[in-house]
Amino acid sequence: MASTRTTGAPTKITQGSGTKGGIGESTLRPDGTLKVTGEFAYSSDMWHEDMLWGQTLRSTVAHAEIVSIDTSEALAQPGVYAVLTYDDLPAATKKYGLELQDTPVLAHGKVRHHGEPVALVAADHPETARRAAAKIRIEYRELPLVTDEASATAADAVLVHEGRDDEYIKHVPHPNIVHRQPIVRGDAAEAAKRADVVVRGEYTFGMQDQAFLGPESGLAVPAEDGGVDLYVATQWLHSDLEQIAPVLGLPEEKVRMTLSGVGGAFGGREDISMQIHACLLALRTGKPVKIVYNRFESFFGHVHRHPAKLTYEHGATKDGKLTHMKCRIVLDGGAYASASPAVVGNASSLSVGPYVIDDVDIEAVALYTNNPPCGAMRGFGAVQACFAYEAQMDKLAARLGMDPVEFRQLNAMEQGTLLPTGQVVDSPAPVAEILRRVKARPLPPERQWESSEGADVRQLPGGLSNTTHGEGVVRGVGYAVGIKNVGFSEGFDDYSTAKVRMEVINGEPVATVHTAMAEVGQGGVTVHAQIARTELGVTQVTIHPADTQVGSAGSSSASRQTYVTGGAVKNSCELVREQVLELGRRKFGTYHPAWATAELLLEGGKVVTDGGEVLGDLVDVLQGESVEVEAEWRHRPTEPFDLRTGQGNGHVQYSFAAHRAVVEVDTELGLVKVIELAVAQDVGKALNPLSVLGQIQGGTTQGLGVAVMEEIIVDPETAKVKNPSFTDYLIPTILDTPTIPVDVLELADEHAPYGLRGIGEAPTLSSTPAVLAAIRDATGLELNRTPVRPEHLTGTV
Amino acid sequence: MRVNFTVNGRPQEADDVWEGESLLYVLRERMGLPGSKNACEQGECGSCTVRLDGVPVCSCLVAAGQVEGREVTTVEGLADYAEHREQAHPGGGCASGACGVPLQDAQRWQAKGTDSGTGEGGRLSPVQEAFIDAGAVQCGFCTPGLLIAADEMLERNPQPTDADIREALSGNLCRCTGYEKILDAVRLAAARQDRRGLQEGAV
Amino acid sequence: MDFLRPASWEEALAAKAEHPTAVPIAGGTDVMVEINFDHRRPEYLLDLNRIGELREWEAGADTVRLGASVPYTDIMENLRAELPGLALASHTVASPQIRNRGGVGGNLGTASPAGDAHPALLAAGCEVEVESVRGSRLIPIDAFYTGVKRNALAADELIRAVHIKKADGPQQYSKVGTRNAMVIAVCAFGIALHPETRTVRTGIGSAAPTPIRAKAAEEFLNAALEEGGFWDSRKIITPSIAKQFADLASGAANPIDDVRGTASYRRHAVGIMARRTLGWTWESYRGTGRTTEGVA
Repeated sequence: MASTRTTGAPTKITQGSGTKGGIGESTLRPDGTLKVTGEFAYSSDMWHEDMLWGQTLRSTVAHAEIVSIDTSEALAQPGVYAVLTYDDLPAATKKYGLELQDTPVLAHGKVRHHGEPVALVAADHPETARRAAAKIRIEYRELPLVTDEASATAADAVLVHEGRDDEYIKHVPHPNIVHRQPIVRGDAAEAAKRADVVVRGEYTFGMQDQAFLGPESGLAVPAEDGGVDLYVATQWLHSDLEQIAPVLGLPEEKVRMTLSGVGGAFGGREDISMQIHACLLALRTGKPVKIVYNRFESFFGHVHRHPAKLTYEHGATKDGKLTHMKCRIVLDGGAYASASPAVVGNASSLSVGPYVIDDVDIEAVALYTNNPPCGAMRGFGAVQACFAYEAQMDKLAARLGMDPVEFRQLNAMEQGTLLPTGQVVDSPAPVAEILRRVKARPLPPERQWESSEGADVRQLPGGLSNTTHGEGVVRGVGYAVGIKNVGFSEGFDDYSTAKVRMEVINGEPVATVHTAMAEVGQGGVTVHAQIARTELGVTQVTIHPADTQVGSAGSSSASRQTYVTGGAVKNSCELVREQVLELGRRKFGTYHPAWATAELLLEGGKVVTDGGEVLGDLVDVLQGESVEVEAEWRHRPTEPFDLRTGQGNGHVQYSFAAHRAVVEVDTELGLVKVIELAVAQDVGKALNPLSVLGQIQGGTTQGLGVAVMEEIIVDPETAKVKNPSFTDYLIPTILDTPTIPVDVLELADEHAPYGLRGIGEAPTLSSTPAVLAAIRDATGLELNRTPVRPEHLTGTV
Repeated sequence: MRVNFTVNGRPQEADDVWEGESLLYVLRERMGLPGSKNACEQGECGSCTVRLDGVPVCSCLVAAGQVEGREVTTVEGLADYAEHREQAHPGGGCASGACGVPLQDAQRWQAKGTDSGTGEGGRLSPVQEAFIDAGAVQCGFCTPGLLIAADEMLERNPQPTDADIREALSGNLCRCTGYEKILDAVRLAAARQDRRGLQEGAV
Repeated sequence: MDFLRPASWEEALAAKAEHPTAVPIAGGTDVMVEINFDHRRPEYLLDLNRIGELREWEAGADTVRLGASVPYTDIMENLRAELPGLALASHTVASPQIRNRGGVGGNLGTASPAGDAHPALLAAGCEVEVESVRGSRLIPIDAFYTGVKRNALAADELIRAVHIKKADGPQQYSKVGTRNAMVIAVCAFGIALHPETRTVRTGIGSAAPTPIRAKAAEEFLNAALEEGGFWDSRKIITPSIAKQFADLASGAANPIDDVRGTASYRRHAVGIMARRTLGWTWESYRGTGRTTEGVA
């Protein structure tokens, strides 16, 4: 049958005049209609006449020499167009990576983790490609594994990467350590002497998966100029481009990237997945190539959240003041570095939490092991630390006989607090206030599952599985608060670019905003249109598809896009406005003196004075002309942390959220039902309040997931992943997710555009420890690991 | 093999179908209907939910050959399906359980095209409108499956409790929203449907 | 791969006789996962969707003849009175979408110890009607499960229906999963009181290589109820009897450690579920008016 679909066109979004609204309003998503009708083109929806399907063959063992690869039988299959291995790579550059270029495009000589890509197939049907891949013969000679700190840093440990020459090797104590960051301030040993109580704990954080629903996928189309057009779902087009072009042996301008619809990201699309592979196959075959991972492959196709071991010691005086903190955080980075250095930076610099502690001794390291590579996931580094330090706060409060919230408030940081890195918190830090707000909220009624007809199992632990009708059910309440940095840190040149055009179309002034920002669901496209309306006084705003024909927008991560690309859009709009006003002055300046003397604004399609007098219509000003500006915008610079002391103004902004979790635990079966997860968060300025709630509730739920169910389980004997599927890697359903009331504070940060604060990650931090605290409250158990599973609650591990 | 079936009211034919292909694959890759989503392909996420002879199913777990001669409704046809139902049962919903679109009616309707560039110009079903209005859409990958499931639930149960909504949507994973806005959207769609029913009842 | 589309039961039997390796597919909720994930490439798929009678059920005087492909949704909604244990089990199956497609025939055909229907079938008591071109036979459920994902079917046989004893007393079903919906059993427990014969039957899922009955627990309880005159007096079962029953049920389990749970937890949980479901069914038998079935 004939297909009705044309080539993989990106989705261009035009928002009609039905939705007005600048910043501060809950305007609706411009892509909403397309998304509810099924017409929004995600990366896996791309289609091209005559396209081939790419398939990746991955290693079945975690650490092995590749003795031989025989592709002849696969190549001989009818319908197979290409089979590629390391030997087919076209350029001198054969590795890529976000921070360290340590990741082979295809394995060379050895594989370092289970599921590492070894060979590629292109064929005319996905099943043909799968069958051909199964006919590639690979002989492995298995090597010893390193899987944890002890095995990785032993004197005779096998090196995951031999001959490292990256910038971090100079200061790490062992080649199987990617990066190490100590932070030392004051004298923790001396301060410990003042402590009336000291608590210590060892905590374990499991490996979480981003579990975005849209699988890694995309379409590479070879171009006549020898280059390639790539339609893909990513978090950062330009970072991909910098990694893709060199291994293809092409100049960057010959690799034209367009963002396709992105089915969620959460950090898991910061690294390259199928991008290079699809391009290689397209360039080799001269045909468009589509690659779509299935869910099984997706678990091997992206990095995960670093599992961590955290050792903490805190002291406090009997009147409840923290004296000191010592901690050591060991993050398992797996076989390749990905974002490990930045994760170490966050874990160490935020390990103290949102508390005032003058004397600290901190160390964070990330390991190279043969476990799955780990990298970016929402809140990275800070998430693991928050789980541990909040458990410590509860332990201290209990030892002191204090209320856990009051104890936290007594030690809460505020604007002006000096951090362990020596940086001063120079914008609002309402830590005590957000704790007060979640605590002040009325508790949900007890035994909501009781009804005249009996127990409604949907509202009980175990849910539809019908495990309890109230037996063994105990309620618990827990609190937690966290601190997350916003934006890229440690001296990174964190900028974004926005191209904004104004013109008259069909008798109406229209603004077009073009950035390379990856819309991953967060609603950046909504906010960009709002900013353009606010700054340019127009109703009609067109959001141009994100691509590499405009400068970099940086990553859709680190809670940074509204701040940085929002800031860039605002900045470019202001520059456009100046030019429009200049145009107006040239055309109409002689008709009214205010053109020269007054402060002028663009509002409601008109040029008005700050006194509200209308000087002219934008349609007249812009008639026959268009104004366009492309400009970069950057936030305040940051500094690297000193490699010995950890001192430095490393972060640009901080974000705070607090949670109160109310849970009901079936204490006999160890099953948990979260009844309510209340949040309070300072957002600086809610540019789109509806989107803000969506971010906070979504982030909260991911934190809930890793509290009670989500974990990638790696066999310690083989370093192989045991549960790469949605049958055995569970994320919360709507029956696992409670009501999430949100209290939003708007305390402006004077350094940020509109006073806004990055919001996406903070709620993921405190959600997990709040749930754990509530389960501890219900069970009286210590629970030093997350996720907590039924066997941990029933003594049946 | 060749498979003939009806999609959104239109007879369709797919040729050279590999016997292991799912209905989802045929819809997405052979019929130009990628609205049903391929998130897990193991029946654990609901993103590929379609109605097969009126019944919500995971299209990833239906073998293409099993659909021969049957009726499929996807998110692309949801607005027309809902409009047709509204004409057949004004006021929405139908507590008798005999709701939905009778087969002979279903065979007479066709999904109408929308502006391919922007999606504007196409009407939306009440549940689609509610998802937009309530902020229930973020990345949107789970949305098509949720819409089919929610629409079908409101057809059976026009005044659901929160627990009813949660149970009916417990086969649809969402990773972005935390489900709160999805609940809001379904409540909103139910309330609007209820109001419309009352108004029509008063006439 | 070939796709066989028999239009009638007789055609299906003929196809299966001709191609004994053909994999029957009805709801597709097991088979298609294996195909999508490249775990299985059967030579033939034998589609049973066109055989309408497989989706029909018939309630007789003592048994319900349940077509192999009757969707779990229909069992939940229409057979709650006749087959309460199976209706409860059906409600725990995966998701609404899966319950709309999957049926008991699939659970029996796959014979995974984690299949949700098995404990309810074992507890209720039933016979599996299987047929080939050679003829038809009824396999008692106690003889049906022969090993891990193996059953008593011959290569040319297909499952046509299950003849399940209609409930003559309260039944319950409980399943532990690590999520509140859409979850595979870590372990499961089914119980049925049979006041007519003054017996109790049980079923355990996901806690042994096959679905099993907790026979020692049943025998103990049957004796204890008889000795104590509980069937007639309908008095509360003493905690010591309930505990002993739970311990014996727990002891019947022979589980393994896997990604879904530890063996130790499974043994523990089976005991808890045994005790609770006995309590719920017995309260119901006593007719205290206290609803213990659980709503939803």
